[in-house]
This record gives sequence, structure tokens and C-alpha cells, in this order.
Amino acid sequence: MKPPPLRYLRAHDPEEAVELLAEYGDEAKVIAGGQSLVPLLNFRLARPSVLVDIGAVTPWATLVSGDRSLELGALTTHLRIERAGGTEPFRGLEVLPRTASLIGHLPIRSRGTIGGSLAHGDPAAEWCILAVLLDAEATLCSGRGERRVPLTRLLQGFFTTTIAPDEVLTAVTFPRTGAAASLVEHAPRHGDFALVAAAAAAEPADGVCRRPRIVLGGVGPTPVRVPDAEDVLAGRALTPDVVAAAAAAAAAAVDPPSDAHASSAHRRRLVATLVTRALTHVGGRAREGRAA
Amino acid sequence: MTEHITLTVNGVAHEVDVDLRWTLVDVLRLVLRQTGTHVGCEHGVCGTCTVLVDGLPARACLILAGQADGHEIETVEGLGTAEHPHPLQAAFSRHRALQCGFCTPGFLMLAAGLLREEPRPDPARIRDVVASNLCRCTAYDGIIAAIEDAAGSAGAGHPRDLG
Repeated sequence: MKPPPLRYLRAHDPEEAVELLAEYGDEAKVIAGGQSLVPLLNFRLARPSVLVDIGAVTPWATLVSGDRSLELGALTTHLRIERAGGTEPFRGLEVLPRTASLIGHLPIRSRGTIGGSLAHGDPAAEWCILAVLLDAEATLCSGRGERRVPLTRLLQGFFTTTIAPDEVLTAVTFPRTGAAASLVEHAPRHGDFALVAAAAAAEPADGVCRRPRIVLGGVGPTPVRVPDAEDVLAGRALTPDVVAAAAAAAAAAVDPPSDAHASSAHRRRLVATLVTRALTHVGGRAREGRAA
Repeated sequence: MTEHITLTVNGVAHEVDVDLRWTLVDVLRLVLRQTGTHVGCEHGVCGTCTVLVDGLPARACLILAGQADGHEIETVEGLGTAEHPHPLQAAFSRHRALQCGFCTPGFLMLAAGLLREEPRPDPARIRDVVASNLCRCTAYDGIIAAIEDAAGSAGAGHPRDLG
């Protein structure tokens, strides 16, 4: 099908984007890469009467690399992040370029953006999971000003966020914690949406886990942390027994949905398998003394 | 809401009046009458509408006309001709990498975009990339072999100079 009738408005700078959203916010959707929104428009599952295209707002495509954090402009494409693997800005955050290669396919990654993915709020989306795992913050702009919101508070449910109608997500900031991190997922075919994804992070210290984090995607309406599994890890070395105990705790802690793609029981088994893999990967990276 | 946009398609600038909510593939086919780019699923799954936008493979059904304004588009019409096929087209023919041909323009542009960035991808990388497009005649082995074969040719990632 084709997109429904709508007014297509282009912002040329941040001020114009914010003005357009102040005027049309309630009936508008922001479009960046369009790789999630255009399918919804073509199927008429989304019927905004106004589209605000921010693709030409170049200040929102910048990358700011600081000592303590990495800020990625909302318009940064998945492909740009994937290809930045090994470069200085992503030192300590190598999990970002590594994970970008799991998103969709090359022609999707060339257009889709990290800001669009976060604002879309798919609970199985790789960026949503990593943003929760790594305590990332979104920058939201409106005529009322700018605010920073942790992704844990931004993501409210299936495709539901706390972004106000007159706000636009302009950047996401990942702190440089020095944690080793990994995201693994299972999809029936490479490039498909993941049935389940598991991400883990830990700060290596004297051979034991400090600040362990486990976040799961595809098991509920948002990416979820599993404190029960994190508690198993705290202060212990990532031995196979400890990893297995944490994976079992994670599987026991979730009640994933059943749908046409997989049963709840299948998803729970995937949780155990994927948490094991993610933690094993984190343990390996930590032993090598490599962050993220 | 019709507006004026400028598209460069295979090196030729076109100024057209379109409804900005139309998709790029509809602009190419219905406005510019360049029907080499096929349209299949219209939700970014099948890949038959794959074109290059500013040199990178992209789904023409997932780009709105307004988003394409001012950008460089490359389509299968720019690759080669029946008389002077592009190395990828010649390789697809040699390796029987098509049967019904519906998916072929998308695979050719996907491959052209890949080879432009990565002139000598290994077979695993080619398999990974072509997984983005659907071929229902199951010619994937031929498609992978053809891309691997063409990867050795000069200019495989670029349009033929048709002089």
C-alpha cells in the first residue's frame, strides 16, 4: 500500500523542527531514516496527518566523543556506527559497532538511525536494549527547552515512550563506564527481528564481577533488567557454574509472551541460552582486559 | 500536496512535481517511467526495489519522495545495457543467477553497492549481504557465485561507462 494523505514538512535546522512540533505535535510524527515508520505508513498502521522530516537537521547527526561519555546524534545511522568499529570514539564502547551489524540488513542499516530506533521503542530493538544496559540518556528538545532522560524512563511499553508530542529525540549519550559488555540474540533468520536478545555488562575487578547488569529484549513490553540474575553474579568470578546459575535465574525471573513466532516456553529457554552466551563473552572480554 | 523536488537518477538531474508522501520507487516508476526498479512488498522486506542512494544500498519503498529530494539515486538502468552488460549482469547471466527475474534489479543494485565499498568480499560476507533480498526461484547459489565472480572485474561496483 501507500502512505495515507498527510502533510510532509521539512525542518532545515533545530529551531524549525522544534517550531513545527510546537505547532503540529499532537498530529505529527517525526521522520528520520524512516525504516520503521515508512512500513507503518505504507500499511496505514500509523496515520499521522503531518510528518516532520528532520533528516536535514545536520546538528543532530554529530558525534561528540568525550572522556566520560560518547554522544551520538539522533540521525547517526546504524551503518555509520557499524563502520566505526575500532575507531577512537568507540573505544570502551565497542559493543555498539559490534551490535550494529545485527540490525536488519545492509540497506536498512544505511538509512535507519539510532535516534529513530530509540524513539520507536521496540522492546526487542538492539539500541533500546543496549541503552538500558549501559545507562544511556536521551536528549529531548522542544520549545520548552532541553531535558535528558535515562532510557529506562523513556521506554514505557510496546512502541510507547515518554517523549512528549512537541519533543524530538536529538541525541543519546553513553557513559564510558569501562564495563565489558555483549549483546547476543536469536532470530530465525539473520536480519530478522530477534525473538529474544540478551545483553550483559560487568566491570572487571580483581577477577570478580562488579556492577553486573543483565538486560533482556523480546520478553516483555520494554527491555527488562533481571536483578535476580545480577545478584547471582555480584562479587563472584564468571565461572561456568556461576554463569549457569545466573542464566537459570534469568529464565526463572521472566514470563515471556507466546505469539505466532515462539511460545513462552521457547523464549524462556532462549533466555537461558543467550544469557549464558552473553556472560561468557563478557567474561572473556574482561579477562582480556578489554572494556565493552 | 504536490511539491517540486530535484532527483539525480543515474547522473541525470530530474525536476519533478510530486506528492512528497509518495515513495521513491513510485516516483521512479510512475513519474520518471523508469520501470527497471521493481516494487514488491512495499514494507522493506523483499528488497526488489533496492537502489543506491548517495552510493549506499537502500529500499526505494522505504524512502519518501521528500526524503530523496536533492539526493543521488542509482538504479539498474544505470548499470549496463543488453548490448553492453555490466560485469555483474554478465556474471548473473553466466551463473544462471535468475529465473523469473523479478528480484534481479534489487540483487544487482545490492551487489553493486557492496562491491563499491568492499571490492573483494568473501563468500560468507556475500551470503550475509544477499540475505537482505528475497528470491523465490531460489537462485541464491547462483547469485552468490555471480557476485563472487564479478568481484574480480574492474568497475564491478560502478556503472558502466556507456560513453
